[in-house]
Amino acid sequence: MAKKAITEPATTTTLMALSQKFNWGDFLRKYMIVGVLIMFVTALAIMTEGNSIEPVNLVNVIRQVSAIGIIAVGMTFVIITLGIDLSVGSILGLSAVVAASLVQVPTGSLVKFEGIDLPIIIGVLAGLAVGAFAGLINGVLIAKFRLAPFIATLGMMSIARGLAYIYTGDGRPFSDLKPEYNFIGQGYLFADPNQPLSGIPVPVVLFLVVAGVASFILNYTKFGRYNFAMGGNETAARVSGIRIPRVTIVIYTISGLLAGLAGVLLSARIGSGNSTLGTGIELDAITAVIIGGTSFKGGIGTIWGTIVGAILIGVINNGLDLLNVSPFMQIVVKGLIIIVAIIIDERKNSKKI
Amino acid sequence: MGKFIVEMKGITKRFPGVLALNDVKFNLRAGNVHSLMGENGAGKSTLMKILAGVYTLDEGQILIDGKPVTISDPRSGLDHGIAMIHQELSFIPELSAAENIFLGRELRGFGGLVSKKKMADEAQKVFDRWGIKINANSQMRDLSVAQAQMVEIAKAIAFDARIIIMDEPTSAITEREVTALHKIIGQLREAGTAIIYITHKMDEVFSISDEITVFRDGTWVSTENAKDMTREGLISLMVGRELTALFPKSEAKIGEVILEVKNLNRGRQVKDVSFSVRRGEILGFAGLMGSGRTEVLETVFGIHAAESGSIKVNGKEIKIREPFQAIAAGIGLLTEDRKKTGIMGVLSVRDNMSVAALPRFTLGGILRKPMIEKQCEEQRQALSLKTPSLNQQIQNLSGGNQQKVLLSRWLLTDPDILIIDEPTRGIDVGAKSEIHRLMSELAKQGKAIIMVSSEMPEILGMSDRVVVMCEGRLVGEVSRREATQEKIMELATQFSDEAVA
Repeated sequence: MAKKAITEPATTTTLMALSQKFNWGDFLRKYMIVGVLIMFVTALAIMTEGNSIEPVNLVNVIRQVSAIGIIAVGMTFVIITLGIDLSVGSILGLSAVVAASLVQVPTGSLVKFEGIDLPIIIGVLAGLAVGAFAGLINGVLIAKFRLAPFIATLGMMSIARGLAYIYTGDGRPFSDLKPEYNFIGQGYLFADPNQPLSGIPVPVVLFLVVAGVASFILNYTKFGRYNFAMGGNETAARVSGIRIPRVTIVIYTISGLLAGLAGVLLSARIGSGNSTLGTGIELDAITAVIIGGTSFKGGIGTIWGTIVGAILIGVINNGLDLLNVSPFMQIVVKGLIIIVAIIIDERKNSKKI
Repeated sequence: MGKFIVEMKGITKRFPGVLALNDVKFNLRAGNVHSLMGENGAGKSTLMKILAGVYTLDEGQILIDGKPVTISDPRSGLDHGIAMIHQELSFIPELSAAENIFLGRELRGFGGLVSKKKMADEAQKVFDRWGIKINANSQMRDLSVAQAQMVEIAKAIAFDARIIIMDEPTSAITEREVTALHKIIGQLREAGTAIIYITHKMDEVFSISDEITVFRDGTWVSTENAKDMTREGLISLMVGRELTALFPKSEAKIGEVILEVKNLNRGRQVKDVSFSVRRGEILGFAGLMGSGRTEVLETVFGIHAAESGSIKVNGKEIKIREPFQAIAAGIGLLTEDRKKTGIMGVLSVRDNMSVAALPRFTLGGILRKPMIEKQCEEQRQALSLKTPSLNQQIQNLSGGNQQKVLLSRWLLTDPDILIIDEPTRGIDVGAKSEIHRLMSELAKQGKAIIMVSSEMPEILGMSDRVVVMCEGRLVGEVSRREATQEKIMELATQFSDEAVA
């Protein structure tokens, strides 16, 4: 951290002069996450003798984290306003089975709705609607019934997962999904027909579009700025004319909607709707948000940070895979990362002098 | 003259981007009341926080009883007999007064268990000995600000503090409570305790101080005996310039009635309150702490829902259940508690300034950023806001500058009626007179201003009309011409017989 030695009294003019000089400390604090990402990528590239930075591998890494990333984008809104959403993994599962059940090939085996052949958009919309509705309930519980976000979404976490199991009946996944639906999870856009594995995977496109829209909303709309105000000081936000309940409900609905989208995406990627899909993904999403620089104390956060955070998780997972580290060890590493991220957050955002 | 019990030499303290203290000295004698004066950001509080161990010094030396000491944290400050009573009192509202006094060094009884009774007895002894009228068993949450302050003082006494630092102890209490506080200070002084007193209030300084030290921009300016100083001299030492009148309410044309409140009721604190205010007028709300002044206006603004009553703006009756409705009706409220209900600490100055006016800066759901930038920049210049940039987190600004940002927040909404609760609490003389000048200016523009203030000179100097509250009732109204301190105090203390707390 850059430390400045000042010898003259702190008059207004010196204050002004200081601000115009480049503040390295601030810069480092802000973009440290990018540095960490580059460090990890470089280290892994060396350890895997360059395999990890093959373009195919890199694109693959981002595709693997796109579901986490999409959920993390919604979680960014939630955490900026000092909330938490534990139900996203379960909502993902519920949305996945509902969407999958509506897009099965009618002649396949184990069809939920036999003889019914709907356009796949119906399945997709149903998945999104289920997610948004579950999120809406979260929002109402928090805003109107004054439940703590942790409690409300913990309840929803259990309810949505239970409903997903009930919906699948015997717990067997809905498979034999239509290929157009699977395209959402497996396809490529802008592909060169002469070259296999070229183009950009659809999930990556979805992730980046969602992130772009979210970033715009956070920075260029009233609603977005209200998120920061609420996270900064909810009482002051209310006194400033912000309708807290309304904003809260919208935030949790967005989080649910994006969990629904992730459900569609994951079920399309594996080609079946499984009721256990998304178990534990809320922790990955929260990790991505926190290592992306969003403060657990509210009022601070960026979408690009969350994107970098999600990719960092992917890079670490992928690298550990390439290095043949046991998957159980990977879970331990993830736990360590979240703890370190919180410690950093604590240090940079607490006004300790 | 007693000998020095504290000597601070060459104290320097840097914060990121700011030199808060530059080679400052300070000497304190036993049994003296030593006041520290200076504008906000002058370094008084920082120096005292170094003495109390809240901050550590970068350079310099502290001697206590002539011996060099290191004070690394508040605990070691206490071990050296130094206790600080902060401007924002910190206590645990769920615990009793006695438990707060013995927090962290609980008295133990049978089997080493914490004994509430023992603590209550000890605390009560301290209270009784010093004439503090508080029941040691009462919960902190039920005590007034002044009472909580007394508990803090009792805590310092119970810790055997020889040096008690009070950071703006009178910024949140009424005149009568100030008298009680000063009485205790007098007793402590007699007992040989040294008191360091930080304040912005001139009258107090001369009535209680033995010595006065003035700081400016992080440097030591002078230390003199209080009896050798004059008010004007002191002010010019503080600001480094001659100040014109402190309360420059200029004449404004008084127009038609714009806000009319009738028979407003809410619980014990708002009882059948009716008043009105006209364009161009500054209406002062006077009364003791807890008389319901703040509550009336917060109810008008929709922070609390009224039980009954009507509110008319421009002759039209409107329903206000939430602040956004009040804002839509052209009302703004600059709240009393900057930290709790005003600033959003980690947000930028720009975000803090623009938040209430965002609906005005939106086109088709999208913010017009250049317009926000332009108007915030205009505010910054108009109010001569001291901040390195609009991107600065507001928590890094001084109290006076935070207050200016909050005033700007409401000015940007272009309200017809601006309610300002304690406009100049805890801010320095310079910023204070600027805020007063702005209020006059706004009145001139035809806005109606309602001002709640505990500072009598402010009420008398700024208001065209003063209404006085007592126990949730509006007990009287005096015009600018008739208003005197005595008259207002008399009204403010018209307690009814039923009221016994």
